[in-house]
Amino acid sequence: MIILGLPLQVLLGQLTIGLINGSFYALLSLGLAIIFGLLNVINFAHGAFFMLGALAAWLALTVGGVNYWWALVLAPLVTGLFGIIVERLLLRRLQGLDHLYSLLFTFGLALAIEGTVRDIYGTSGLAYPVPAALRGPVDLGFMRLPAYRIWVVAVALVVCFGTWALIEKTRIGSYLRAGTENARLVQALGINVPLLVTLTYGFGVALAGLAGVLAAPIYQVQPQMGSSMLIIIFAVVVIGGLGSTMGTILTGLALGVIEGFAKVFYPQASSTVVFMIMVVVLLLRPAGLFGKEA
Amino acid sequence: MNRLAPLALLALAAILPLAGVYPLFLTKCLTFALFAMAFNLFTGYVGLLSIGHASFFGMGAYIAGYAAKAWGMPTPVALLAGIAVATALGAAFGAIAIRRRGIYFAMITLALAQMVYFFCSQAPFTGAEDGLQNIPRGTAFGLPLGNDLVFYYFVLVLNVLAYLFIQAVIAKPFGETLQAIRDNEPRAISLGYDVRSYKLVAFTISAAIAGLAGSLKAFALGVATLPDVHWTQSGNVILMCLLGGMGTALGPIVGAVVIVLLENQLASLGVIRLGVLSIDFSTKAPIVIGIVFMLCVLLFRRGIVGELIAVLGKRGMAAETAPKHTS
Repeated sequence: MIILGLPLQVLLGQLTIGLINGSFYALLSLGLAIIFGLLNVINFAHGAFFMLGALAAWLALTVGGVNYWWALVLAPLVTGLFGIIVERLLLRRLQGLDHLYSLLFTFGLALAIEGTVRDIYGTSGLAYPVPAALRGPVDLGFMRLPAYRIWVVAVALVVCFGTWALIEKTRIGSYLRAGTENARLVQALGINVPLLVTLTYGFGVALAGLAGVLAAPIYQVQPQMGSSMLIIIFAVVVIGGLGSTMGTILTGLALGVIEGFAKVFYPQASSTVVFMIMVVVLLLRPAGLFGKEA
Repeated sequence: MNRLAPLALLALAAILPLAGVYPLFLTKCLTFALFAMAFNLFTGYVGLLSIGHASFFGMGAYIAGYAAKAWGMPTPVALLAGIAVATALGAAFGAIAIRRRGIYFAMITLALAQMVYFFCSQAPFTGAEDGLQNIPRGTAFGLPLGNDLVFYYFVLVLNVLAYLFIQAVIAKPFGETLQAIRDNEPRAISLGYDVRSYKLVAFTISAAIAGLAGSLKAFALGVATLPDVHWTQSGNVILMCLLGGMGTALGPIVGAVVIVLLENQLASLGVIRLGVLSIDFSTKAPIVIGIVFMLCVLLFRRGIVGELIAVLGKRGMAAETAPKHTS
């Protein structure tokens, strides 16, 4: 079967690969969006936290002898804890200032983290083995896909929609949403907003850490793995619309797929198509596709 | 002090190479000082954060380098070509980005700059990963620019001209209008100012000077490469202005010199032993720069020059120079 001059198999193959990238975009953008929503912080260090998650998994395996399944729990916890420390000790001091300062601060933090990792481990990638249980290929009919990639998409989707449900459907989520609207009022109602802020930052960072562990067996673990991802997930958050959880998830997945298709039809444009979309969306709908007009 | 400080700085810049400081290193300082001045002209005085200035710097470097190397253009013409392309790019970027403010402005400039980066990584004339190399310096007005010392003074003269030009631009009435827009945009609009045109003109001039800085950098080091257009270069210039003092006349120059000095000196420090502890500083530049960045934001947001002005008691001026962004 030929669609748009291409065999169906090729198209479906690119769709699947796009979906895998898209699930990383969704997971990372979601953390970024949550952090922006409550803290008003454009977290430039998000890519660095993603890399730290992958590195934590690698360290756990090679130094601690901890297997993948434990790393899947431990690495997000460790990165999240690191995020909490950063928020409590440093980022907190910038509250109330123009959010461009927190953008610049996290930019510096990202440089320092990336520089430190590069200094210790060098720039060549550290290999992380695919866990034994997920090693085989799965035949999807149109292509044979490593089982691990299917696992990644599944985990990302479950975590993304779980987070969405947490924010939109639970009491904690309602505090969170209220906090983004009017922190003072929520504080006056007896809710510990500073604690909520700290935990939210920790949670957002932990999501980046989780994405890192998931990425470790696919990409090589290396210091700059986050910075190339970072700019794309900014684009996802901006295109999706600040403040919309579901919008961010859907945009992340969609952009992964669009990028995949661009690779088939016009490979040169694949890495820049996301930014073209971003510029167009920002000009036509400044609040993003799913965002509310400010 | 306002009149004396720039003159003292200029005298120092004129004497340093004669006192034995490596001219090529000083030239590098000057080109980045020029880049930082260009950035400051827009972000410091209009109050919008651009994360796309590496595009103008990098494109200036590529175009001027290519014009001189592949087309054999005389150096001054190649410089003008670099400026022209950066100006056109700046006008286009500005026309799109100026329509938004705050974080959205920053994000649009970043997205546009990413497109330029990908263009440069694909286009045949940029030499992809290798970049343009062995860019010849040629001559300008009979001066043998191949000589490092002569080239240094050539760049110094251009820096002084650019400095004077920027001072003229930010003086009244244009610059005062810009600051009025920065401090209270709705009021400026209600006073009847065409705010967008003011911002666009400031952005385009800023891009043009950034293009000159990039062009000079290409001739100084003989190379134009992808890191010149990468967004980390935009971050670099933000740091220079932040460290020196955003919105001050001399801040960007001081900031640029400190950062270039830091990069160079850390690399040449090598391994330092403190008792049992031995630290290899040659690879630590990004870490130190990242930490400087964080400290600047946390502790002295006015930057070196801004804090100095504040300490010297010129309170009115200090309040004027503290960066204030509209969101």
